[in-house]
Amino acid sequence: MSSKTAYSVDATEPDNYYGYRRFKKGKFAFRRDEYFVHIDWPKGSHTLPADAFLRALQRDVAWNFFYGTVNFDSVFGTLNHYGTVDMFAGTFNDAYKSAGLDYLETYNAEDLMTTFKAILDDWTNAGYDPFAAPEETDQAYGRKHGDNRDAINRLRVTAKRMVGIPGDTPVRTDKTGYPVNRQFADVEQDVPEVQAEPGFEKEVAAFNLFAYLSRSDVTWNPSVCSVVKESLYCPTSEEFTLPVEHGNDRVEWFMQMSDEIVWVVKDKDTGRPRARVTCKPGDICAMPADIRHQGFSPKRSMLLVWENASNEIPKLINEGRAPVVPVKF
Amino acid sequence: MSDVKTVFGSLANYQKGGVAVIDDDPKNYVFSNVFEVADKSKPYERVAVGKNFQYVIECVRAEGDSPWYACAHDEFALVMDGKVEIRLVKPTDPLVPEDKSGAIKLAAAPKGKKMGRVVAGRGHMTLLPKGSAYQFHADAPSVVTIQTIAGDVTIERWSEICQTAE
Repeated sequence: MSSKTAYSVDATEPDNYYGYRRFKKGKFAFRRDEYFVHIDWPKGSHTLPADAFLRALQRDVAWNFFYGTVNFDSVFGTLNHYGTVDMFAGTFNDAYKSAGLDYLETYNAEDLMTTFKAILDDWTNAGYDPFAAPEETDQAYGRKHGDNRDAINRLRVTAKRMVGIPGDTPVRTDKTGYPVNRQFADVEQDVPEVQAEPGFEKEVAAFNLFAYLSRSDVTWNPSVCSVVKESLYCPTSEEFTLPVEHGNDRVEWFMQMSDEIVWVVKDKDTGRPRARVTCKPGDICAMPADIRHQGFSPKRSMLLVWENASNEIPKLINEGRAPVVPVKF
Repeated sequence: MSDVKTVFGSLANYQKGGVAVIDDDPKNYVFSNVFEVADKSKPYERVAVGKNFQYVIECVRAEGDSPWYACAHDEFALVMDGKVEIRLVKPTDPLVPEDKSGAIKLAAAPKGKKMGRVVAGRGHMTLLPKGSAYQFHADAPSVVTIQTIAGDVTIERWSEICQTAE
């Protein structure tokens, strides 16, 4: 018989004026007002806009802390150890580190996730969708008014073999609640011609990936669409700004399938700028394992994020047994 | 009527971005473009454009009939430009050891049961199922990327395809 630990959330009653709860996790404290989120820890405090915080928090929750570091901005974030998670302030910021103002606590991943979900639930107002592009959602600001649980509790799509195979993740259609996005109105919705001989219906399979992406209702949320062992194709639709600076604990690849994204690349540990990478359709590039990156997509675009999901890689890289770049030439 | 314009690339019309270095080596980003790689490739060379340990993304210029291939694990073909027919056969006897990574090229069409065919256009992804044999056909030059594992047919020529300086 299995048992599941129920983690508690340290939260106050709603504030009399703003209507939001305050939260504590370890020695970190979180509160929000009409415009901002304020984070306090024993050595300092930090403030960031409520919408920026909620967009980043939404990804950290949806991605289950993702691969490596999720920097909400240059100060605050999480580092995934796959089972435990560090929550930090200033740890990956040269100035905070030098001044001794950095602070970090480590939690069981489910424990911290419970608190993060509670914050996201309480601080997301009716009409505000942290997954959406700014043009597609109401604002995050103001006193507490309602909630948007349907939006924040969307499930991340994870195909077991490939989207569209009978029994696997289905393709998106109008009927299943996925209309073509306004910025992909011109994307062809044709389907591949599939002729399977009797008995091979599950193996002779194909789908229109570009049409599938044109119907995505979220931005910056990679979803597994095809799987070769630990090689995961995680295509996604992108618009406006990647809400986090993603710090890689392994090499990650990007293939730009439509339109354009500019990536600002910084050193993973210090935040010092390293490069600016412009990706146009057909461009493919690696993000090394010692950087953090943030993307800027002026128009909604289609990006293939390609991951190697092996749990061994962060250890190999940390111990110097694997390089931080994918190939040397 | 929406005036939105989604930009895709093609063999006939592509533009490359690139790496603008601040304090780095552009080679760290292994930056290339699949249309340029296909433009400069011979038909059905399977050129690696992405590599992550044993896993690769191969770029293929599809033109005419390809050789027949077989593979012990799943692969996925994504058409980036043009139209490509994929013919699938279940070989009578296994052609590849189960622990063999990557595709192998067959000397001739395999004996076996016809599984079916797919005609895929731009943006269409096709399963190349494990244990099958497959052949590509394209009437006009087309571009396919393949999610697979590095193997006998994978060609690596990074210094020829990637940005090496600003």
